Amino acid sequence: METFATALPALSDAWALILQPVVLGYLVLGVVMGLAVGVFPGLGGIAGLSLLLPFMFGMDPILGLALMIGMVAVVPTSDTFASVLMGIPGSSASQATVLDGFPMAKKGEAARALSAAFASSLFGGLVGASFLTVFILIARPIVLAFGLPEMLMITILGLSMVAVLAGRIPLKGLAAAGLGLMIGTIGEADAGGSLRMASYDIPYLTDGLKLVIVGLGIFAIPEIVSLLRQDRSIAKGASLGGGWMDGVKDWFANIWLSVRCSIIGVVVGVIPGLGGSVVDWIAYGHAVQTTKDKSNFGKGEVRGVIGPESSNNAKEGGGLVPTLLFGIPGSGSMAIFIGAVALLGSGEIEVGPSMLKNNLDITYSIVWLLALANVVGTVLCIAASGGIAKLTTIRFTYLAPFLFMLISFAAFQSGQNFEDLLALFTIGLIGIFLRRFDWSRPAFLIGFVLSNPVEKFTNQAFQIASFRFRKGFEEGMDYVFSPIVIVLIIITVVSVVLGIRQAKSIMAEGDVQSGSKRAPMVFLLVIAGYLTFALINANMIPDYNMTDKIIPLVIGGFSLACCLILMVQMMRRPEGDSIFADKEVAGEDADAPFGLWSTLAWFGGLIVATWFVGFILALIGFLISFFRVRAGASWGMTLVLTACGIGFMCLMAGALNRDFPPGLLQGAVDLPWPLK
Amino acid sequence: MTVSNFSRRAVIGLLTAAGLAAPAAADVDFTGKTIEWVIPFSETGGSAKWANFFAPLLANELPGTPTVVVKFMPGAGSTKGANWFQEQDEGDGTLLFGSSGSTQFPYLLGDPRVRYEYNDWNAVMASGTGGVAYLNAEDGAKFDGSANGLKDIDFIYGSQGATRLDLVPLLAWEMLGMNVEPVFGIKGRGDGRLMFERGEATIDYQTTSGYLGGSTALVTDGKAVPMMTWGALDADGNIVRDPTFPDIATFKEVCEATEGCETSGEAWDAWKAFFVAGFPVQKLAFLPAGTSQDVIDTYTAAFNAVVARSDFAEISSKRVGEYPVFTGASAQTALGTATNVPDEAKAFVVNWLKEAYGVELN
Repeated sequence: METFATALPALSDAWALILQPVVLGYLVLGVVMGLAVGVFPGLGGIAGLSLLLPFMFGMDPILGLALMIGMVAVVPTSDTFASVLMGIPGSSASQATVLDGFPMAKKGEAARALSAAFASSLFGGLVGASFLTVFILIARPIVLAFGLPEMLMITILGLSMVAVLAGRIPLKGLAAAGLGLMIGTIGEADAGGSLRMASYDIPYLTDGLKLVIVGLGIFAIPEIVSLLRQDRSIAKGASLGGGWMDGVKDWFANIWLSVRCSIIGVVVGVIPGLGGSVVDWIAYGHAVQTTKDKSNFGKGEVRGVIGPESSNNAKEGGGLVPTLLFGIPGSGSMAIFIGAVALLGSGEIEVGPSMLKNNLDITYSIVWLLALANVVGTVLCIAASGGIAKLTTIRFTYLAPFLFMLISFAAFQSGQNFEDLLALFTIGLIGIFLRRFDWSRPAFLIGFVLSNPVEKFTNQAFQIASFRFRKGFEEGMDYVFSPIVIVLIIITVVSVVLGIRQAKSIMAEGDVQSGSKRAPMVFLLVIAGYLTFALINANMIPDYNMTDKIIPLVIGGFSLACCLILMVQMMRRPEGDSIFADKEVAGEDADAPFGLWSTLAWFGGLIVATWFVGFILALIGFLISFFRVRAGASWGMTLVLTACGIGFMCLMAGALNRDFPPGLLQGAVDLPWPLK
Repeated sequence: MTVSNFSRRAVIGLLTAAGLAAPAAADVDFTGKTIEWVIPFSETGGSAKWANFFAPLLANELPGTPTVVVKFMPGAGSTKGANWFQEQDEGDGTLLFGSSGSTQFPYLLGDPRVRYEYNDWNAVMASGTGGVAYLNAEDGAKFDGSANGLKDIDFIYGSQGATRLDLVPLLAWEMLGMNVEPVFGIKGRGDGRLMFERGEATIDYQTTSGYLGGSTALVTDGKAVPMMTWGALDADGNIVRDPTFPDIATFKEVCEATEGCETSGEAWDAWKAFFVAGFPVQKLAFLPAGTSQDVIDTYTAAFNAVVARSDFAEISSKRVGEYPVFTGASAQTALGTATNVPDEAKAFVVNWLKEAYGVELN
């Protein structure tokens, strides 16, 4: 109780620090900057914070904190715009939001989806902060109780959400998740450094694929291409129903779901090493499992938005615990944050174990600045959501080129290689076919996101467990089956059992018609072929690097087995069976006036042109020809829109100090920025 | 303060060794220019922290107070950025590159991805750090200044990979005859410390800032026992006690006290070579090949002025650690000590990595 006695004065000190006009001013400034940066999918907090770093040196600590926190806090809020309106997951925090948010936008309920999401975010942020105020005092032993077996079990719990999202044919969902896991193992292994499906001759692959690229490729590109082919607005019929008040009402009607998901967010966020990758999927799964009528999930169920959005802001608060108490950043932006805090003032704030003893007031200021920034950011976002939602009524052909521009730029920022664009295109292609043949894209993405944690924690937990077992059987069992692990196992089993029962009613891709055998069979063979090749490749790793090959072998073997069973089923079942789902047979895609390849060729053209003349020049050509030829716009309109696009790109990239992909031309001639 | 004494001695030593007079201020002006400081790591690592600390200070001291921006080019364990830098020929001083131990080690080990050559570049600043190894309380009780009592114990250590900076502690423990099993695949030393705190790892090491920030509290609480530092280099290149931890023995002392551990010969030379490349000369700032002497002198003068700030010791100790900062020709000398590793030492380490961890570097 002694700790609580010191906590109260510290809390009031913190509020005294925060509630100064100048501090609040800096906070709002940070929030506005964060919102501006947040519209770029895939850049988010890291880009914004790096921009602020030069000003942090010697700055008054509380002002610097207000500015930085304002900026970081709103990114998981503002990236909701992209995920709901365009189906573009801006960060791992908004992947699950896409599943139901984007279908709502397509139904013309964008404003409702956005305000429900923002209200949930706000609430989640506040629940997170309140919880942390007490929890941060007692968090240390609890955080330390989460060892490797516990973290492995949470990762598996996240993975078990595949059961809920597997789609109509569970085997397809499993195979999709397996493929995601396998794609996640590409590159240099963490443990022994062996190369999987990569070569030192292609240095790009040794680092593996980045989440931003896979997220954009799997979710954004298929949707953009599909809408572009249909040549309509995002909201069908270009009508907007459901205003922003409806969304707030929706949230209030589901307030208990919001509370539960917020708590899931804080708790998982607190555990270092997991970060945000699993939280929104666990929350989404929870939302599905606690909803009586599940038939609307994947087609625009508002609870599917409220769940993940409540958890993702709460998670930011939870993520402060490992950051502040242990000095271990839970995310990339938190890592920069730690570095920046050291630059503040005369360097007196030291993030780490001493934070609670020496700087409890600062700790509380950080927690509540985060909550306050959430409030400010959310109010601004809700105010803007009605207007921004109108974007969904614009003819999509006018939006698509800008979206291609944005996602290409975002992809390039993840690694600053031309290959980033190629990877985006390739993963986009995979995404398009997963969507077409009704293989669960969420399952694929969950697999990819959790690939590295699954492999890492399995290997490490196994190594330490065998070390303990060598000391004694009992010690080993105590380590592997701690009470937390047992509880997590029970939750996982229950969730899988419930999930399998419910999976059939959740159709993330909507109701897909079935057609002939040939196309789905070819796609299955391609996947099985890749898996076989990856298996052979993994098997070539020498045995002393068992840690690098065991997971690809097991997962790859399992996925291949799923594919083989599917193959047998496909051979036996008649045409028209749901296993042969194919969007090109009937429905929106099949009736679309434009073909897949001619539409995709536009994007391919942008990438090829970038290879030759660099991004900005290629973009000028792309925008002009697209608006003229594809959209049939007048020359005046074309030039105005092109100028807007290029201007916006240069403004943002210039302000954030970012480069564009160079081409062969730039290799030969020195050109001034932004052409270089 | 022993630290400043040490650094002064080290700097003077290196200066004398290079036979250098203070560089004359040259006629170079950066007014209105933007200088890019490229770091081959992500925004989140220690090198980012290092560059972000020096960038505004450097901008103030360069003629014309240009804007210095830190740019990140991560990939392939920093070899991507270094390979890129090798291709650059902007000799006008608007491009600066920061390398770290993780860039030096692949170069020393003959990693196939390395297409860069340190000797082409112009080092203008170098700084270092130290490291401390510590044991858990139970095993620490058996530590008496030598590792003799630790040889029958199985230790577990959370490691980032045997070819990284972790090579130095792993080889040191091996030389002491200790049985340390590394758990590979952690992402930073902070994760290693957490693993130690959870009791999963039983031995750990941290660089100086990590130790001061997180591990001293463990020592105070009786949960950890410091074992040894890697030491520091004196002006003659001898390993002496780390000025930040004068009370903790160096690995050299522990090795001398331990049966079967030699402070001479192949293994020792190899360890020392990699220690020097990884710690006392861990981070270097370079201008590209072909930069004119005027520009190099201007940068040297600017970094000298940064280090000469009256508050430099105070502001740097909290942010990048209290270790000497070498500038100009002494940075070049430091680079020499860090990258000129005898072939036998390289061969020894390459062979040891293969035998102990199955790592093959081609």
